Amino acid sequence: MAGGELSSEERPTIVISPQLIAESYIMSDKIIPIGPYHPLQEEPEFFRLRVDGEVVTDIDIEIGYNHRAIEKISESKSYDQVTFLVERICGICSTSHPFAYTNAIDDLLGVEVPERALYIRTIIGELERLHSHLLWLGLAGHFLGYNTVWMWAWRYREPVLDIFERITGNRQHYAMFKPGGIRRDLDEADFPWIKKTLKSLIPKFDMFKGAVIDDPVIRARTEGVGVLTKQDVHDYACVGPTARASGVAMDVRKDDPYAAYGKVEWKVITQQGGGVFAKAVVRILELYESTNIILQCLDKMPKGPIDLNIKDMPAGEGIGRHEAPRGEVFHYVMSDGGNSPARHKVRAPSYMNIASNKKAVIGETISDATIILAAVDPCYCCTERMAVVDYKTGKKVFDGQDLIRLSQEKTEKLRQRSRIGRL
Amino acid sequence: MSTGSCNNCDIEILDLLTPRFDVERFGIILVGSIRHADAILVTGALNLKTIPRIKNIYEQAPKPCVVIAIGACACGQGIFAKGPNTPDPVDSVLPVDAYIPGCPPKPEAMIAAIVKLIEKLKGKG
Amino acid sequence: MEKTQIIENIKVRSGGGLVEINDRSLRRIYVTIKKEALPKIARYLFNDVKARFVTASGVDTRTGVEILYHFSIDKIGLMVSLRVILEKPGLEIESLTSIMKCAEWIEREIHEMLGVDFKGHPNLKHLLLKDDWPEGNYPLRRDQQ
Repeated sequence: MAGGELSSEERPTIVISPQLIAESYIMSDKIIPIGPYHPLQEEPEFFRLRVDGEVVTDIDIEIGYNHRAIEKISESKSYDQVTFLVERICGICSTSHPFAYTNAIDDLLGVEVPERALYIRTIIGELERLHSHLLWLGLAGHFLGYNTVWMWAWRYREPVLDIFERITGNRQHYAMFKPGGIRRDLDEADFPWIKKTLKSLIPKFDMFKGAVIDDPVIRARTEGVGVLTKQDVHDYACVGPTARASGVAMDVRKDDPYAAYGKVEWKVITQQGGGVFAKAVVRILELYESTNIILQCLDKMPKGPIDLNIKDMPAGEGIGRHEAPRGEVFHYVMSDGGNSPARHKVRAPSYMNIASNKKAVIGETISDATIILAAVDPCYCCTERMAVVDYKTGKKVFDGQDLIRLSQEKTEKLRQRSRIGRL
Repeated sequence: MSTGSCNNCDIEILDLLTPRFDVERFGIILVGSIRHADAILVTGALNLKTIPRIKNIYEQAPKPCVVIAIGACACGQGIFAKGPNTPDPVDSVLPVDAYIPGCPPKPEAMIAAIVKLIEKLKGKG
Repeated sequence: MEKTQIIENIKVRSGGGLVEINDRSLRRIYVTIKKEALPKIARYLFNDVKARFVTASGVDTRTGVEILYHFSIDKIGLMVSLRVILEKPGLEIESLTSIMKCAEWIEREIHEMLGVDFKGHPNLKHLLLKDDWPEGNYPLRRDQQ
């Protein structure tokens, strides 16, 4: 069954031409189903829920499917190459890792990168927050059964990705960070277009805000669901919107300021509810703050160098953090004076937040399980690797697809009740 | 089907369904079960823990089923080549019919490749 | 709670267990303590100061394994990293899970990557590596081939 590797002559070359796309319309009589996009529906599962009837009594969480030994690989890469490596830890908050990593290098060296670089780093980090939160909004919409929210959230993500493509060359994985500064400069000629694009998104954020906060069905569906108390946040060491939705005002950008976050005006967004609804509201309101930060950075950006041109790495250790869209990313780098890190520890925010599901989902119903697990905003394919095991029989009762369907059905029931005024 | 990836390719694949790219107009839909699939899009550098499941899923797919490797990791492992938990690439375990390189490949590149593959398969009968 | 106060309290509570306090920079402190003092200081930081447990990082040194337990005191933006040095061959230390639930996963990870035994851990099985990973093969150890 194993396939051989194709030689370079055999490998199909991909040529993009308008004619090719046009021709494909003629082929549309053949339906090509492709899937599934959430792969591991079969055992073993990532989240295994034990239930008694409708209620979740326990949850087993198994990870490791994405483990690519990045910390080990880091020890064989140069400090510069490590930036590219850690970018690929996660696609959605890809720049968060280079951000925290370069902060760790700055800490190790005891330097601050040039001011222009600080502003550019901030802009890239906040643009990422925008696209990440919009992505989450779309997924949450899908799980709840609002597929139009999914399509619209992802549609309005596209302008943000366009900005990235224009200023960094790629829609994802921007390769902008480097130890000592920034790899590529921004061009002031682009700034008016960037500002215009961002400002055009604000009415869309208003639309999402209205759609979520003002919709009684969504409120009924998600408020008080999967609640984490302040004590839970402390016990499980939650970070990011997951923590801020429970009223804990933690944000690395304010607590341990770096880049240009201390040079512009913005607020930390918190909510008090602690449930799925509160987490959604935090992310939506953060969209405005991020836009605000970027616009200020574009206005205030000084001219000047963007790179310290670091040549040597002395022995030492450094800690760098960044408030990624999901929460605090932590990097620890130890140097022994050589060309590669002697030790590079990476801790992503989801590492802490996913474990908190032990508290958030137990006692809730299986139709709420999907949205609760999604509310901490883990990498998307994690939430789809789910299964429900009946506590008494030990049999697998539902898989990930079933759970999404149950979630969507519950919303539909609430919608119907609201129509007849019985919400 | 992610074999251990950063998910960027997976997200760009999902992006194909959104209004800007709208891959459904080419007759391509995402299905929820492997048993209804004619093609598998594979991403990731082939993490050791995923290998048994990947094989299992492929076995369940009704044949013929084309396998498309998407992204630098699935094509040749990229920066994870010969890594401690990713010693071999996807095509050591699955028969890959098409490779779409990129990190991640743009949605336009994916559409072009899939359409090209359809063309090739249609040509075969 | 101020940084100087925290440093004082750590000194007092660790008593003979304190090896060194390295006040590295405005927001970075590294405290080297003997492993016996770890639970007491962790309890102080987590329960009394209400610091947030960030993570733990282990590294293979030539003679042993060094573990850093990183805590963040968000209100003042301070990172306090507790350094514990374990000597080979018997790499073991008391688990902190009875004090902090959030230490459960990272102790499993350090166990499978570096071969440290966390005594009293409720569930010291593999976290990231596949279950049939070769026994005794610790990926982050340098003294193995």
